[in-house]
Amino acid sequence: MTMYATGITADSVREHGLTEEEYGHILKRMGRPPNTTELGIFSVMWSEHCSYKSSRRWLKELPTTGPQVICGPGENAGIIDIGDGQAAVFKMESHNHPSFIEPYQGAATGVGGIMRDVFTMGARPVANMNALRFGDPAHEKTRHLVSGVVAGIGGYGNCMGVPTVGGEVNFHSSYNGNILVNAMTVGIVDQNKIFYSAAKGIGNPVVYVGSKTGRDGIHGATMASAEFDDDSDAKRPTVQVGDPFTEKLLLEACLELMAGDAIIAIQDMGAAGLTSSSVEMASKGDVGIELNLDHVPCRETAMLPYEMMLSESQERMLMVLHPGREEAARAIFDKWGLDFAIIGITTDTGHLTLTHQGAVVADIPVEGLTEDAPLYNRPWVPTPHAYILSVDTFAPPKDFGDALVTLMGSPDLVSRRWIWEQYDHSVMADTVKGPGGDAAIIRVHGTNKGLAITTDVTPRYCLAGPREGGSQAVAEAWRNLTAVGATPLAMTDCLNFGNPERPEIMGQFVECLEGMGAAGRALDFPIVSGNVSLYNETNGEAILPTPAIGGVGVIKDLAKRAHVALEKTGDVLLAVGETKGHLGQSLFAREIHGCEDGAPPPVNLATERRNGDFVRTCIEQGLASCVHDVSDGGLYVAVAEMALAGGIGADIAAPQINTHGFLFGEDQARYVMAVRPDQADIIMRQATDQDIALEILGRVRGNDLTVNGKHKVLLDDLSKVHEGWFTNFMSTRT
Amino acid sequence: MKSCVIVFPASNCDRDVAVALDQIGAAPTMVWHGETSLPATDLIVLPGGFSYGDYLRSGAMAARAPIMRDVLKRARAGTPVLGICNGFQILTEAGLLPGALMRNAGLKFICKTVQLSVENNKTLFTGGYALGQDIDIPIAHHDGNYFADDETLDRLEGEGHVVLRYSDNPNGSARDIAGIVNKSGSVLGMMPHPERASDPLSKSCDGKAFFESLMEALA
Repeated sequence: MTMYATGITADSVREHGLTEEEYGHILKRMGRPPNTTELGIFSVMWSEHCSYKSSRRWLKELPTTGPQVICGPGENAGIIDIGDGQAAVFKMESHNHPSFIEPYQGAATGVGGIMRDVFTMGARPVANMNALRFGDPAHEKTRHLVSGVVAGIGGYGNCMGVPTVGGEVNFHSSYNGNILVNAMTVGIVDQNKIFYSAAKGIGNPVVYVGSKTGRDGIHGATMASAEFDDDSDAKRPTVQVGDPFTEKLLLEACLELMAGDAIIAIQDMGAAGLTSSSVEMASKGDVGIELNLDHVPCRETAMLPYEMMLSESQERMLMVLHPGREEAARAIFDKWGLDFAIIGITTDTGHLTLTHQGAVVADIPVEGLTEDAPLYNRPWVPTPHAYILSVDTFAPPKDFGDALVTLMGSPDLVSRRWIWEQYDHSVMADTVKGPGGDAAIIRVHGTNKGLAITTDVTPRYCLAGPREGGSQAVAEAWRNLTAVGATPLAMTDCLNFGNPERPEIMGQFVECLEGMGAAGRALDFPIVSGNVSLYNETNGEAILPTPAIGGVGVIKDLAKRAHVALEKTGDVLLAVGETKGHLGQSLFAREIHGCEDGAPPPVNLATERRNGDFVRTCIEQGLASCVHDVSDGGLYVAVAEMALAGGIGADIAAPQINTHGFLFGEDQARYVMAVRPDQADIIMRQATDQDIALEILGRVRGNDLTVNGKHKVLLDDLSKVHEGWFTNFMSTRT
Repeated sequence: MKSCVIVFPASNCDRDVAVALDQIGAAPTMVWHGETSLPATDLIVLPGGFSYGDYLRSGAMAARAPIMRDVLKRARAGTPVLGICNGFQILTEAGLLPGALMRNAGLKFICKTVQLSVENNKTLFTGGYALGQDIDIPIAHHDGNYFADDETLDRLEGEGHVVLRYSDNPNGSARDIAGIVNKSGSVLGMMPHPERASDPLSKSCDGKAFFESLMEALA
């Protein structure tokens, strides 16, 4: 006979997202039935979102270390050494479910949350990125969602004064009922001014700062741990409401306080708010925490302990201070007009103890919430092997120019200018390369050093071959950083998948991670932070497996960087890497032939590394400054993008047989460079010496694109299609 | 040249403009909006950003911040004032410049580099440019749609107070106005951000001459 406290039933346990078995563990750990507040606390801490109960076992196998890693996964964000005593702090996080229900606020608070993760560690955020996935453009909700998400990302980041410098956007019908909004922030900190979240010492004051606590966002973490159905609109009240103005003040106030040494530990209140921040700080510091909820600044009257602990009101932080520093700290928050309240104390009990109106309302061993959290080794099945489709599976198009125009005007390849012009990408005055290139580049303020940042994944590859797709996502991020001249240092991930309780979905997860891990190891590109978002399904339809990768690299001397824009008539186009003409899972196959079958292009990690190191060396030697990675759409699309960026055309020299495979195949480990003829000679010699596959792809000239002098496409016409699509799409009424 | 940059809650281009001033050898004093008096200064800068979160109306609350009393006093006594983006909005809300900045005609935030034409190079701020010179400067705003009644616009144009015009109007501004000065020419409000175009690594370096012009005129 299961025991319940007053007011709790088997139904309320289920509504909290806990299984009967999990409830049994709670009983055992507590030695008594939990009350409502305690049940709420367990439910959020043991939710998939907070406990990673389905994914933990696999995350452990990812490469997370390296000489450049200062702090790997487990903290608010990952930290890497970028030289000169400085560090880059970064992480990517999903806000998928809230953004589908309420796109503006969902996306805005996603951006706000990830920035908080970064400045919690003492870093000033210097760049925002995002990875967005929407449903079919023809779906009735898509425009509304695109419009709201973009406005929300801009609304928050612009007000914060942190430039949004790039990202990626895909459309696919699998996201019709479950869009993905993944936001990434990169910050910079001096290595001797990093702050962590482990509460230390007994009897130290626990301080709450920032916005007041309201009833918004209660059960957000639990919502993010379940599938959607037709009634999902009813979950609107669980979406938080953001206030970027307050967050900007919070950022400045925190950094001002961090300039001194008053703080022992600091943790932002994100998912599961006051609960997860206090529990994580206590757990990491091996201490207990006692909170007096009467002192929590509340926005609404008569809030219950349950509501205060589960609220996901935004723009709040929890800190443990050195005793005696409270008033100096308070003065800073007063100056910025923010709440500052001493709400508790660290204890030696190892318990999270909550009091309210003179009574103890919860008393839970911290370890019970963290170490005892369920860990599942969910059953999984491998994704059936897909066969490699040969080039002749696909008929060549009548005209290569027409095929190029079709591809460059397809939703996954068109210019995203409509989106990124709504993001302030030049504030902070350190943006060296904003949206629209391979990787964004920002200058490390006050230096001649740059950080390159990119977000990448090709979900259709991950569906067809999860292991290959996982490797490809990492390789493409690494390649994009390389293409601008950066040395890739580390990555963050945002793992978006369907329901892990289905073995085939769990299989996608497991195999994608295997591929990612292999690539991270082969490329010395560890994962230092990340986020898992499961249950991305609506009415049982899962999204494409989407392990988004955020990569960060460093450019030691900004004078030695590359861009994608073609520059000069007479320059030679070189293709680095072998072109076999792999058309399976290519955009050519999907957009021209309507075929989504076959295996994705194979990833050879050793070749990937060799080719990338070769290209980077060319850039560092000053031999190449116009470089583009080859990905979606293949060589011809890469050249077209370079031509549009530079406003100058090119003629491609293509083989007479399997020309379409050559032009549009999506073989990996490839780059296009445009260099002067004398530089081309040197590069070709070096390639021969180092056994790097390299061929002359064509010549820069004119105002059009041709293949072997034929199939002419005027750049003006191409530009109209490529630049015009988004504006037309967004101004059409459904 | 002594300069001050006023910092309002959620100003976010205060550092950027300080860097641009520093680059020409005029490192500014940063002045908190809650102060009531400015130090001795040759130039006051109201920076870009989202002062008070743009709540109520862009610039409306900042125009009533404690420091603004002294800013108004100094401006009326002839101390030059440069308002960039949110700073321009604050100047119109404070009554130092005529007109208002409304929501962009397209209703969206716009961030891009735009071409401006220098319509008056006889000001403290634009002496380093040629008359009619085309310059590329980034804009980044939601409320940059300049509005004033026809009489005011006629007067601004007639008296040479329109200093900057958009070559391709991005936001619906009346008569393509991007920046104006007051009657005495000592107060300039402009929506574009010259401080984001003052560095060789930026997309454009055309903004640097604003700061050099000031240095030339005031040093």
